[in-house]
Amino acid sequence: MDFTYSREQQMVKKMLKEFAETEIEPISAEIDEKAEYPYETVAKLGELGVMGMPFPEEYGGAGTDYLTYIMAVEEISKVDASHGVIVQTHNALCCWPIFTYGTEEQKRKFLPDLLSGKKLGAFGLTEPNAGTDAAGTQTKATDAGDHWIINGSKIFISGGGIADVYVIFAMTDKSKGTRGISAFIIEKGTPGFTAPKHENKMGIRGSIAAELVFEDCCIPKENLLGEQGKGFKIAMSALNVGRLGIAAQALGIAQGAFDKTVAYMKQRKQFGKSLDKFQGPAFEMAEMKTRIDGSRYLLYDAANRRDRGDENPAAAAEAKLACSETAMYVTTKAVQFHGGYGYIKDYPVERMFRDAKITEIYEGTSEVMKMVMDGDIFK
Amino acid sequence: MKLVVCVKQVPNTNVIQINPETGTLIREGVPSILNPDDANALEEALKVKDANPGSIVTVITMGPPQAKEMLQECIAMGADDAILLSDRALGGSDTWATSNAVAAGIRKIGDYDMIFAGRQAIDGDTAQVGPQIAEKLGVPQITYAKEFTIEGDCVIVKRALEDGYERLKVKMPCVVTAIKELNTPRYMTIRGILKGAKQEIKVWSADDIGVDKETVGLKASPTNVFKSFTPKPKGAGITVEGDTPKEKAANFVADLKAKHII
Amino acid sequence: MKDFSEYKNVWVFAEQRRGKLMNVAYELVGRGKGLAEEIGGDTKICAVLIGNKVDHLVDELYEYGADVVYVLQDELLEQYTTDAYAKVMTDAINEYKPEIVIYGATHIGRDLAPRIAARLNTGLTADCTRLDVNVANYIDYLETYTTASLTGLDRNDDSKGLKQTRPAFGGNLMATIVTPNTRPQMSTVRPGVMDKRERIPGAKGERIDVKVSIKKEDINVEILEVVKAAKEMVSLTDATIICSGGRGLGDASGFELIRAFADKVGGVVGASRAAVDAGWIEQSHQVGQTGTTVKPHIYFACGISGAIQHLAGMQTSDIIVAINKDPDCPMMHLADYAIEGDLKKVIPEIMALWDVEEAE
Repeated sequence: MDFTYSREQQMVKKMLKEFAETEIEPISAEIDEKAEYPYETVAKLGELGVMGMPFPEEYGGAGTDYLTYIMAVEEISKVDASHGVIVQTHNALCCWPIFTYGTEEQKRKFLPDLLSGKKLGAFGLTEPNAGTDAAGTQTKATDAGDHWIINGSKIFISGGGIADVYVIFAMTDKSKGTRGISAFIIEKGTPGFTAPKHENKMGIRGSIAAELVFEDCCIPKENLLGEQGKGFKIAMSALNVGRLGIAAQALGIAQGAFDKTVAYMKQRKQFGKSLDKFQGPAFEMAEMKTRIDGSRYLLYDAANRRDRGDENPAAAAEAKLACSETAMYVTTKAVQFHGGYGYIKDYPVERMFRDAKITEIYEGTSEVMKMVMDGDIFK
Repeated sequence: MKLVVCVKQVPNTNVIQINPETGTLIREGVPSILNPDDANALEEALKVKDANPGSIVTVITMGPPQAKEMLQECIAMGADDAILLSDRALGGSDTWATSNAVAAGIRKIGDYDMIFAGRQAIDGDTAQVGPQIAEKLGVPQITYAKEFTIEGDCVIVKRALEDGYERLKVKMPCVVTAIKELNTPRYMTIRGILKGAKQEIKVWSADDIGVDKETVGLKASPTNVFKSFTPKPKGAGITVEGDTPKEKAANFVADLKAKHII
Repeated sequence: MKDFSEYKNVWVFAEQRRGKLMNVAYELVGRGKGLAEEIGGDTKICAVLIGNKVDHLVDELYEYGADVVYVLQDELLEQYTTDAYAKVMTDAINEYKPEIVIYGATHIGRDLAPRIAARLNTGLTADCTRLDVNVANYIDYLETYTTASLTGLDRNDDSKGLKQTRPAFGGNLMATIVTPNTRPQMSTVRPGVMDKRERIPGAKGERIDVKVSIKKEDINVEILEVVKAAKEMVSLTDATIICSGGRGLGDASGFELIRAFADKVGGVVGASRAAVDAGWIEQSHQVGQTGTTVKPHIYFACGISGAIQHLAGMQTSDIIVAINKDPDCPMMHLADYAIEGDLKKVIPEIMALWDVEEAE
C-alpha cells in the first residue's frame, strides 16, 4: 500500500487549490446569497479539463484515474461546495452513464462537448413520489414507432434548466416494476421539455436544483441509453459512482470548515489569550481532525478500489456515510467555535454548515448507505 | 518559432515568516513556487506559441534537483521542453555566475528566436540575471515589459517607467523581462499535468553546457554574502506624544522620516 | 588580496531624464560624499552625467556635493537606451577606474547597471538600503537595528571595502554583500533612502568632458514613443499605502478628507464595513472579512475601532497607524503608531508635514 500522493495528484491538488482560492472564493458568498449559477468559473474549469477528468482522451477527457478526480472534487469543495457538486454531478451522473452504457454513436455525439465542458450534463431520476423508492417512477416513455414520447416530471434535479444534456429515467413497462424503467438522453430545448421552477434551497445554492416537466416530449429512438428495461440498473450503478464524488464534496466541506476554524481560533482572543490556547475547544479540534482524516482514507480506498476494477458498492456507501456525517459534525463545531461570528454571513462557516446537510441526503440517503452496507455485512 | 524562457523555483516569500526568537527565516513548510514574474514570462511565450502553431517553448532553470518539480509545472502549463542546469560546480553562484551558466545553457539549446525571463525573483529581488544573460549572449534587452507583440522579425515592447512607459522596437533575438502587468498566467490543465508528471526533464551539468568552471559557483562569484540577518522585530506600538493635534502629527511624521519609512 | 590601488574615487551615475536630475541622483551624491570621506586619502565623489544638452545640470551637482562631474554628451545619448549608455559608461569606467560606482535603483538604473556589471565582469548589488565603508558605523547599525551577530567584526578594522546592505526574500531578510575580488564595486540604491546634502549655492568643482565614441549602429533598440501616463488606479491589494475610514468619520463627508489624505500620501482609499453599510462609500473600498484582505506598507486606520472582521483584513500590514478618539479600542492596541485625537484635526496636520518623493 502506497499512501503517498503521486506527482500527478500533487499537481492536480496544487492547481485546483490555486484556482479555487483565486477564482471561486471571491464569488462564493455572492452565488450563495443570490442562488446564482456560476457559469464563468464552470466554463474555466471546463477549459482546464476538470469537467471530463476521469474519462479517456479519446473522447475528449483528461484521462486521470478516479482517485485523482476525487481529490479534485475535494479541493474545489474546500472552498465552495456548490462548485464541487456541479463538477461531480456532471462527471459522474451524466458523462459516466453515457460513457459506460452508450453506443459508439451516442458517445461520439455527446461526450466531446460534455467532457470539454462546452455542454453541461444532468441526471433526472428523482420524482415527487419516487425518492429513495426509485421504483415508484411515474414518468412514462411511450414507444411511438420512430420516436419516444416522454410524459411526467422530475424534482430536485441538480443543474435542471441549466444543463444541456440530461440522462432521464422513465417507465417503459409498468408491469415489470423496476425492470420496466429505461434510461434516455434528452437535450435542452427539446419541445415539450421545460424546467419551470428553481428550488429555494438551504445550501449549495450556487448549484441550481429544478423541477423538470415533460409534456408529450418527443425524442429520437436513438436516444434510448442502454437496453430497454435496464434503466434502474444504470441509475443505481451511476449513483454508486456518484457516491464517491459526494463523499469527496462532503470531505472538502469538512476540511474547509476545519481550516477556517483553525485560523479563527489562532486569531480570536478572549480572556487575554487566543482560543487555541483553551484546552476544551483545542481537544475537540483534535477529535475533528481524527474524524476528517479517517473519512479521507475510507474515501480514497473506495476510489482506489474502483480504479482497480472493484466497484464495491459497500465501500462507496461506507465512504459517503462517513464523509457526510463528518461534514455535519465538523461544520456544526466550526460554527460553534466561531461563536456569534459563525452565525453571520460574513464568515464562510455559516454557509458551509448549510451546505453540509444535503450530503447526508442526496445521491442516496445515509439510511440507504446503511442498507447497502448491511447487505454486504450480513451476506 | 523557438522560444526560451528562463525560470526559477523560489520559496513563496509572501507567506514566509521569521522566527521571533532566533531572527531567522522559517523555511519549513514554505511552499516552493514558480517565481511569479517568470510565470508571466512563460505565459507570454505560450501566447506566442498559440499564435504561431509549431513553435517550441523550452524552459530552462539553474537549480537543485528539487527544481524539477517546478519544470514539470511549466510543462503542465504548456511548455514543450524543460532543462535543469544542475551541478555542484554551479552551487552558490551570484547573479553574474548564474548568468554565465544560463547563457551557456541557452547557447547549447541554440537557434532561439526569443528569450523571455521574469523581471526579478522574489527571493533574490535583484532583477540582474535577465540583463546579464543578455550581455553574455550579446543580444539586446528590454526590461519591465508590460506589453509585447511581434511584428515581422522585430518585437514591439511597452516598457514600464515609474511615470509612464516607452514603446521600443528591437530585432529578434533579444531578452525581454516580464512584469506582472504583462499578462495573466494560465493554470496548468489536467492533461498538461499528466504530461508534465511523466515528462523526462533533461539535466545538464557544467560540462554538458561547456561553461568555464572558473566563471560559475561560489568561489567565482564577484559578490559574496558577508552577513545575513533580520531586522529587529517590530515590538509593541508606540503612543504618539503631543499636547495638540499639530504636535502629535509633527512627532509622528518626524519618526517616520527618521526611520526612512517615508 | 588583489592590488586595487589603481582604482580610485566614488562615482555616482547622475541619472537625468528630459534634462532634469532624478531625486535619487542628489541622494547618492550626498551619501557618496560620505563614503569618499570614510575611505579617506584624497578620494573624490564624482558624478557621471550622461545625456545631451545637460550642461545646466553640472553646477547643480557641484552644489549638492560633487567634487567632480564627468560630462558625457552626444545626440545619441539624449534618450536613454541600454546599448548607448552601457557602452559610454563602461568605456569611462575602463578609462578612469573608479573603485565604487553607485546607481539609483530606478527602472533605468536596474536596466543599466547589471548590463555594465556583466560587461566588466564585476560584482553588482541591487536595491541597497545602506552603504558603509567605516566598520565601526556598520557595527553600530547592526547592534541597534538588527538581530545580526557581531562575531568576527572588529571596530578597529580599517579596511576600505564597501559593505552593501539590502533586503531579500521580499524584505523578510537583510544581507550585507561585499565585492572583495573585482573592481569597481557597484551598487544600485533605492530612491528615498539616502539623504541628500544641503545645497550650497555657488559651490564649484572640477568638470571633465569625456569624449564618447558612440555610433548609431551601436544602438539596437528603436524608441517609437515615450509616454507619460497619469498614475493608474491602484487596487487595494496592490497599494503600498491605504488610508481607511470608519464610523469615527461621522458622516459621508468624512471621506472627502480621507480622499484628500490618500491623494497627498499617494495612497488608496479603504473603508470599514460600518462606513460601507452606512452608505458613506462604495463596497469596493471595504477592507475586512467580507471585503478585501490587504497588506500595504502603511495602513492608516482613521476612526476605525478594529472589530475582528476588519482586523482579519489588514492586520498583517507592515505599519499600522491608528487615529482615534478612543485610546483603548482594539485598533489602537494593535497599531504601531497610536495617535489619540480628533482625526479631522490630526489628518490635516499630517498632510501639511508630509513630503512625498515623486519620480521626478
